Amino acid sequence: MRELVILSGKGGTGKTSITAAFASLAENMILCDADVDAADLHLILEPDFKESLDFIGGNEAIINPEKCTQCGRCIEVCRFDAVSFNDVRDTFEVDPIECEGCGVCVDLCTEQAIDFPKTICGQWYISNTRFGPMVHARLGIAQENSGKLVSLVRQEARKIAKKNNLDLILTDGPPGIGCPVIASIGQATAILIIAEPTVSGIHDMERVGQLSKHFNIPAMVCINKYDLNLDQTEKIETLAKKDHIAVVGKISFDKIFTEAMIQAKTIFEYNKASQTSVEVRQVWDNILSLPKFNKPVTNNIMQHL
Amino acid sequence: MIISIASGKGGTGKTTVATNLALSINQKLQLFDCDVEEPNCYLFLNPIIEKKEPVIAPVPKIDLEKCTFCKKCMDICRYGAIAVLKKDVLIFENLCHSCGGCFEICPENAVIEKERSLGEVEHGSTRGISFIHGRLDIGQVMVPPIIKKVRSYTDPDIVTIIDAPPGTSCPVIAAMKKADFVLLVTEPTPFGLHDLKLAVETVRILGIPHGLVINRAGLGNDAVKIYAQKENITILMEIPFDRKIAQIYSKGEMVVDQMPEYKSKFQGLFEKIKQFVEVERQNL
Repeated sequence: MRELVILSGKGGTGKTSITAAFASLAENMILCDADVDAADLHLILEPDFKESLDFIGGNEAIINPEKCTQCGRCIEVCRFDAVSFNDVRDTFEVDPIECEGCGVCVDLCTEQAIDFPKTICGQWYISNTRFGPMVHARLGIAQENSGKLVSLVRQEARKIAKKNNLDLILTDGPPGIGCPVIASIGQATAILIIAEPTVSGIHDMERVGQLSKHFNIPAMVCINKYDLNLDQTEKIETLAKKDHIAVVGKISFDKIFTEAMIQAKTIFEYNKASQTSVEVRQVWDNILSLPKFNKPVTNNIMQHL
Repeated sequence: MIISIASGKGGTGKTTVATNLALSINQKLQLFDCDVEEPNCYLFLNPIIEKKEPVIAPVPKIDLEKCTFCKKCMDICRYGAIAVLKKDVLIFENLCHSCGGCFEICPENAVIEKERSLGEVEHGSTRGISFIHGRLDIGQVMVPPIIKKVRSYTDPDIVTIIDAPPGTSCPVIAAMKKADFVLLVTEPTPFGLHDLKLAVETVRILGIPHGLVINRAGLGNDAVKIYAQKENITILMEIPFDRKIAQIYSKGEMVVDQMPEYKSKFQGLFEKIKQFVEVERQNL
């Protein structure tokens, strides 16, 4: 079993459109949408939801005003400034948006006046698509623990892949380099960075490159919209070479991605003869032939984020 | 007045709007780049950095001379960052959320808090703008403390423009909270619309007045406009889908410098936001 995680650092470089295009080409595969904050892959793949499950992400502190003696200990110990005194209601309150769910106030309250119920922070789904099974999720608005949910969907994708003898997991990653991104790459076979030839695209690609090095996951680069700026494209190629990152191909700046998206199609379903489709197919063939992409993954994902 | 620029989806043009807006307003302002995972504003504005400071958070260190291995620190830690063994205590710094529970609960005062770096904040100036941004260290996960640090320099007497990160979870909240106005930037595509809806839900939970900029107008379809109308969200500006703008951006240049006609358009955007905020204030 292998897992390819598609990242970019910068948002909007084409991660999801390209992941969907690969889904058209890959065989014996499961899809995993690890962008749980703003998942979009389902808009093209229109999954048929088989199971919908709650994501219990953590706990939330709630002060019981009947037991509270207003001693102020919770305000003192909360490092996230989540507890405050409400003058109008004459009660101590926890702001659920600021609360990290650390439970320190709960454990240190001398009156045991703080409840700590588990919270549903989102939903996750097991679905079928026309290209194979898919595991995806939706984190609730303003929720914490996106990394935990990412780990969960990846773990479930692995279970299904193992059970059904699927040998590839195609994971659409989140933007950035923080908590959800780190959760999306642990134990992956390789990372594909979708870079765009812009100053910000290059800057963000370099940060993802550093992250892949930090966690020792092999990375490769695909340049999307390469003809937008050929000087910057060359720069990406030079930088990649310096860092021993393979450039697996270049894709044109083409409205076909948007046109296909509007019809909920991959670019191959929309027009498989287009120049851009030929380029994407070449990228996919190049990835499959890379030696570093032919090492199987282990079964265990960091569950701890 | 604090204007936060957000989107849900990444790559819709937040940084383009934030930087060009900042260069178009003829009054004193500060620009905060709060996309600390991937800060990009400085690439376009080239500020002279005058000051750098680390953003740190405490992690526990155990004084084994005092420790009785009672495991209270391990029990209070909900992140699995502490493992108490028979004669040793292991700390997993990457899992620590710096909640201070172990420090508070230890009956022997054997938990010492030491500092670790989460990232850094840089202060500078460029073209009359006071500029501050944060940058997360590679491999670190705690983003909100860096955003909060940047925002601690808010000057209430001038305009503050915040370039927010994409998404809808804790980093975005940290960049939007207590803003007077959230300017949502989207593109007229199915992905843009889907993520705009999430961003609108987020600003509504926070109760912040908001308006919309449609970037790359002409690409895609009308669904964003229809949605905005139905939800009563004002479209404050449209930036057309134009390869020339994409090329200017790709080189790290400013639209208002290369296409000066945009300066008045961004000034118009600012005036509309100002009126919006004033009307809201009067309504309170």
